[in-house]
Amino acid sequence: MTVESLIALIPALPLAGFLFAILLGARIDRLPAHGHDAHGAAHADDHGSHSGHGGESHDTHAEVDESAFRPIPSEEEQRATSPHAGHADDLANSNGADGVIPDDLNDGLGQTGHVVEGGPRPVYRSWWVPTALVAVMWLFSMVVFVNVIFGGQTYHVSLYEWIGSGSFHVQIAFLVDGLTAMLLLVVSTVGLLVHVYSIGYMDGDRGLWRFFAYLNLFMFSMLLLILGDNFLMLYVGWEAVGLCSYALIGFWYKKPSAAGAAKKAFIVNRVGDFGFGLGIMMIWTLLGTVDFEQVFASIGTLDPTAVTVIALLLFAGAVGKSAQFPLHVWLPDAMEGPTPVSALIHAATMVNAGVYMVARANPIFAESPVAMWVVASIGVFTAIFAAAIALTQNDIKKVLAYSTVSQLAYMFFALGIGAWVAAIFHLVSHGFFKGLLFMGSGSVIHGAAGEQDMRFMGGLRAKMLWTYLTMVVGSLALAGIPIFAGFFSKDEILGEAFGRGYYLFWAVGLLVAFMTAFYTFRMVYMTFHGRWRGPADAWQHVHESAPTMVAPLVILAVPTILIGLLLGLPPEGGLIHGWLEEVFRGAEEAGAGILPGSLAAGDHAGFSLFGIGGLLLLAGAAVGAAGILLAYRWYVRDPEAPARFVTRIPLGLGPGMYAASLNKYYVDDLYALVWARGGVLLGNALWWVDAKVIDGAVNGAGWVAQRYGALLRRSQTGHVQNYALGMAAGLVVVLVAFLVFRA
Amino acid sequence: MTDLPVLSLVVFTPLIGVALILLVPGDNHRAIRWIALLAALASLAFSLNLLGYKPDGAEFQFREDISWISAFGMRYTLGVDGLSVVLVLLTTVLSVVSIFYSWDPIQTRVKEYYATMLLLMIGMLGVFVSLDLFLFYVFWELSLIPMYLVIGIWGGPRRIYATVKFVIYTLVGSLLMLVAILAVAIAYASAGHPFTFSYETLRGFGYTDSLQALAFVAFFLAFAIKVPMWPFHTWLPDAHVEAPTAGSIILAGVLLKLGGYGFLRYSLPLAPDAAVAFAPIVIGLAVVAVLYGAMVSMVQPDLKKLIAYSSVSHMGFVMLGVFVFNTQGLQGAVFQMISHGVTTGALFLLVGVIYERTHDRQIAHMGGLNARLPRYAAIFGLFTFASIGLPGLSGFIGEFLVVLGAFQYSGWVAAATMLVVIISAVYMLWMFQRVFFAVPSDWMRRFWPTLTDMTRNEWLALTPLILLVVGLGVLPGPVLDAISAPVQRILDVVNASPGLTSWSLPW
Repeated sequence: MTVESLIALIPALPLAGFLFAILLGARIDRLPAHGHDAHGAAHADDHGSHSGHGGESHDTHAEVDESAFRPIPSEEEQRATSPHAGHADDLANSNGADGVIPDDLNDGLGQTGHVVEGGPRPVYRSWWVPTALVAVMWLFSMVVFVNVIFGGQTYHVSLYEWIGSGSFHVQIAFLVDGLTAMLLLVVSTVGLLVHVYSIGYMDGDRGLWRFFAYLNLFMFSMLLLILGDNFLMLYVGWEAVGLCSYALIGFWYKKPSAAGAAKKAFIVNRVGDFGFGLGIMMIWTLLGTVDFEQVFASIGTLDPTAVTVIALLLFAGAVGKSAQFPLHVWLPDAMEGPTPVSALIHAATMVNAGVYMVARANPIFAESPVAMWVVASIGVFTAIFAAAIALTQNDIKKVLAYSTVSQLAYMFFALGIGAWVAAIFHLVSHGFFKGLLFMGSGSVIHGAAGEQDMRFMGGLRAKMLWTYLTMVVGSLALAGIPIFAGFFSKDEILGEAFGRGYYLFWAVGLLVAFMTAFYTFRMVYMTFHGRWRGPADAWQHVHESAPTMVAPLVILAVPTILIGLLLGLPPEGGLIHGWLEEVFRGAEEAGAGILPGSLAAGDHAGFSLFGIGGLLLLAGAAVGAAGILLAYRWYVRDPEAPARFVTRIPLGLGPGMYAASLNKYYVDDLYALVWARGGVLLGNALWWVDAKVIDGAVNGAGWVAQRYGALLRRSQTGHVQNYALGMAAGLVVVLVAFLVFRA
Repeated sequence: MTDLPVLSLVVFTPLIGVALILLVPGDNHRAIRWIALLAALASLAFSLNLLGYKPDGAEFQFREDISWISAFGMRYTLGVDGLSVVLVLLTTVLSVVSIFYSWDPIQTRVKEYYATMLLLMIGMLGVFVSLDLFLFYVFWELSLIPMYLVIGIWGGPRRIYATVKFVIYTLVGSLLMLVAILAVAIAYASAGHPFTFSYETLRGFGYTDSLQALAFVAFFLAFAIKVPMWPFHTWLPDAHVEAPTAGSIILAGVLLKLGGYGFLRYSLPLAPDAAVAFAPIVIGLAVVAVLYGAMVSMVQPDLKKLIAYSSVSHMGFVMLGVFVFNTQGLQGAVFQMISHGVTTGALFLLVGVIYERTHDRQIAHMGGLNARLPRYAAIFGLFTFASIGLPGLSGFIGEFLVVLGAFQYSGWVAAATMLVVIISAVYMLWMFQRVFFAVPSDWMRRFWPTLTDMTRNEWLALTPLILLVVGLGVLPGPVLDAISAPVQRILDVVNASPGLTSWSLPW
């Protein structure tokens, strides 16, 4: 098979998996359901071990009274029954829904995913066919990756004309170059591993086929996004991944918080898409094409202001999709989704789409210094802003979510200063190690009976060694400790920032690196070290996760350790620079983002280990180590220290700062007030106008006509004399008029 | 095949159904339903012949031309171009769907109901195929009366208010249109030509600016009320809320399109100068409609009202696309009409599905339905996202092309319109969340034991719409090709027009 046909098959395979899963799902749903009561307790007790509850809960398919409505507890009720009801004050996620899948959130359809002997086959197929298709897709992707990266090829595959309207033509066509290949590597690898991981994680969820259907649809959409060879295809994938994100965040739709988070994610993304869509339209209106290569070739002919407007409109989309300030609010809420979803969509792939888009559109951004400054500034600000929230979060997934926002911001920071390759390098390494961390956190949640609050964890390394080890590897990478992936990619960004003359941004970036190391190891220490702080009886149920969940962790640990060494050495000149050279050549040669008077503007550009570059590297490693040390002192050696520190902040600002960070600097609350409340108020006001003013006029006209008619009706007396009088009067009027006007 | 009077067969096959229904005893519901369905299906089958329309052939194909009222030059002239073809197909498909869907919900006055629905079909189809202005007017009014009856007899509790409002609103517009039709015909005849109502003859004539202005305003009122265009839209929510489900499907799916079709077929070619002159006003109203409809939609407590107001928003796109006078705008507008017909028709059908089970449409009374009716929720979700304009489904193509067209007119108009991508997500997803997610309301719990997922008939009724909404989104090519020549003809006329140079009111 030619590489071209493989490329066309890559998105087609997950699409086939999606269609398979929904057709199968329709069949599964028709099978009789499980009884509710036979089910619930078994999960909470021991989820991982299949042998424990196969017998009593899985052969009760037959006469189950589905019609008996079983009231579903409200959120408050669920909270009250949660083991930590007393502490549930600020724990949005303490319902223990994740991982354990309480019966109330299980959707009551079909069978469980456990395959019991004699159990219905289709259930089994609901995960293995989609997973197998994704595995084949991964193989194809690797073939394409090798061909592109080592064969130095760029592929164009055109399928058919999608929209043709006048001079507006859009092809369904794919473009695979070095940049797409890098994304393909991350998306297909993490995608495949998340599929495998989900087999274990979602085991027992009665909506299993739904989950795999959405996952496959997501893979399809994400692949369209990165493979598309024009802006509209990118937009199509962009919106489609938004749909899948919506469906998967709201997967446990019975939880009001999950349903709300799903809606919020889609709507906030739409705010960004508003700009993205307009940007595409402006591109077409000015250039007459939306094809990447044609647009980039002719972008230089445009007025600089127009280019800046286009770049900023496109960037609005990136801000939404990649959860940058001020549209970052959806991503932490998106943690309501099952953890594999968080790993795949909200850490490793979809949220990278914004970075990908800016990198792809680098010829446009390179033309506009203003847009570059905006990208870099938003990046730097979001990096420190999100890191400052991550410092105080207690929900393990929220820590990782804000960390993701912060790390994505790093990438935008890199893009904005023209360090294109460094941004993509960080995207790749972050995709792997953050995917690993999320899956690790899922393993923790899964093993700890659904607990997500780190204050009620501790000491887990005793029971979850593999999870612990792999998470430490991921954390070291995130903290930027040498030899691990994150070290090379992050320090390349910082080094470029320094070299290009962004000294303030570099300093902030260094501070963020310190904060990152601190909150990452705060998470590690709170989770795995110390003593178990949860309920004593829960401890005995803590267990290592199933092999299907641990294996992806171990596999992901390999690139987390190696990819930096492989791609990033020597710094600022590693392999990845060669691979991506073509894509960014124009922007690099134009020197976009290099400030005058900086090192990079001078002659001695390039990295030297025993020069300024080596010092920067050392600084990066040192702040990472310092962050880890501080976390160790505060969360292992002396747990009272953080509280003391808060009180020692001058002017008594400490508690307020802590509360502000814990409450995400109240951005969510502000939006809820202004947009949600304000929008409803405006809607109601307009509705009032509609009913009272516009319809009032309509009904008023009807009323006038009726009254007028009623008046006229009085003249219809039925007396002939009256009519005769009327005729006579009329005759007189006519005569008079005739006489008057004749003159 | 070419010798058959295909268009007459498409339009009048339902009349045979009406005649047969009248012969069947009124209590034989089964026979009546089958006759109506078969008549509609036969019309649909004949309409499939129109797929043989050649986009690069003659302007009007499948022509039929017979003298009708020769004294006034009124002729029975039928013919279709690509624009008519897609709308005729939409009409026959949605008519079959709505007649089929009525199978179970309509249990009173069955005989009258199906006869009325078939008459309605005749009126709507006639509008799309007539090429004689007077014939067009007759069909236009013919489509009005059956809908008046459908809402007034088989409607909800406030049906009389709603249907009277609907009819008076529409009549005001259509009477003005009759005046305009007579005015252009008389103006043409007074220039020494023989008296005629032939569309093809009348449209090329250079009417005076004053006449154009008046005719345009008259046509505008007729069509804008039908569309309905803000601020002439207030009949729509009432009519939808009271109409039976099938009535809502036809009303949203086809009747509103009569207005859009009227603009493209009559307003622009007959009064191009006035259209150019008034375009900025219409565009302004369209943008208001798009945003206002969406905002008001957001706070509706009743599912049908929500979808009705969203129709105001979506049809605003049609008006916007028509009046920006470029290819993308016009093609987008036509595509949006088709897509809105399919999507909103399906959404009304889906609201009917839950209404049949609970006899209620209050959003606050629902909740958690995904757990009980997963397939219903899935299909509702599909059409929700189609309505939001998700790429890959039909809604995206029309909206994107319209805004793209608007962008060429003015970036600010496009930006204002584009805001609706946010608001539509808000009102549809908020609704979806309240209906399908979380836990059922206390009110809904009463129905919980007896709630059943979609029946086979409901599936059958929805299947063509599902295929269309996905098919049109993935492969919009055939529709865009079919309408490209008609759209280009309209653009040629409008873009050559200097606008109104000197006009005065006749008084």
